[in-house]
Amino acid sequence: MSPGAIADVGAVSTQIRRILRELGVEPEVVRRVGIICFEGETNIAIFTKGGRITLMVWDDRVELFFADNGPGIEDLELVRRPGYSTAPDWARELGFGAGMGIPNMEKNADTFVLRSRPGKGTAIRATVWRKGNERQGSSAGPGA
Amino acid sequence: MKLREVAEVTQAEVLTGRELLEREVDKGCGADLLSDVLSVVEENFLLVTGMVTLQAVRVAEVMNAAAVLIVRGKRPLEPVIAYAEEAGIPLLATQKGMFETCGLLYSRGLRPTRFRRVSEYAG
Repeated sequence: MSPGAIADVGAVSTQIRRILRELGVEPEVVRRVGIICFEGETNIAIFTKGGRITLMVWDDRVELFFADNGPGIEDLELVRRPGYSTAPDWARELGFGAGMGIPNMEKNADTFVLRSRPGKGTAIRATVWRKGNERQGSSAGPGA
Repeated sequence: MKLREVAEVTQAEVLTGRELLEREVDKGCGADLLSDVLSVVEENFLLVTGMVTLQAVRVAEVMNAAAVLIVRGKRPLEPVIAYAEEAGIPLLATQKGMFETCGLLYSRGLRPTRFRRVSEYAG
């Protein structure tokens, strides 16, 4: 995504949704990946000057990687708390910034790994399993 | 109920998706916060919203919503309507406000979607 991309929010999710559907990925998986991507690209658009989203499709899982060089996340426990948000007013006026982004990404992923360093950036890996759909747990810790 | 009935009950104008008005919806979600829409656990619902942004349509698309009903006489810009048309998301627009719109639809049998409860989230 590029700087000032708030108007484009949802463009990556909808594109990924189409790709996954064309590949014949299970509808429930497509929907969960779509939600995760929407929340992720929203965060990149609101908080950073750009980032990269990578989609990987495997026989048994779909993975999304988010990477940005943004401000990073100061308190990793707080961002996982529903309703906690540092989004600016302009984002809230557009219907964003309710503080449910990270919690909703985590909830829709089977595995969710978030690494962030204040001042350096944030990286997230979210995995949705195509078979079994068993929750594998998640971790959120300080950046390496 | 069919989208055609949704339009009749709320006296809504059909901005796009006229050919999809036979589509059935039995659930509705009234929200202006996109994260509320992103926490709906069901599909094929009617999104009732005051948002007229492209993002609102894209959220509806990602969530497999059946249609978007815009309240309070707002009208999306032409590119938003064009996008909805291409995505196969019918766009309806009513002059009525959110509360009245939802009340009318509820009284005709439309029921609320379920949301992921906030207590379900980690934190």
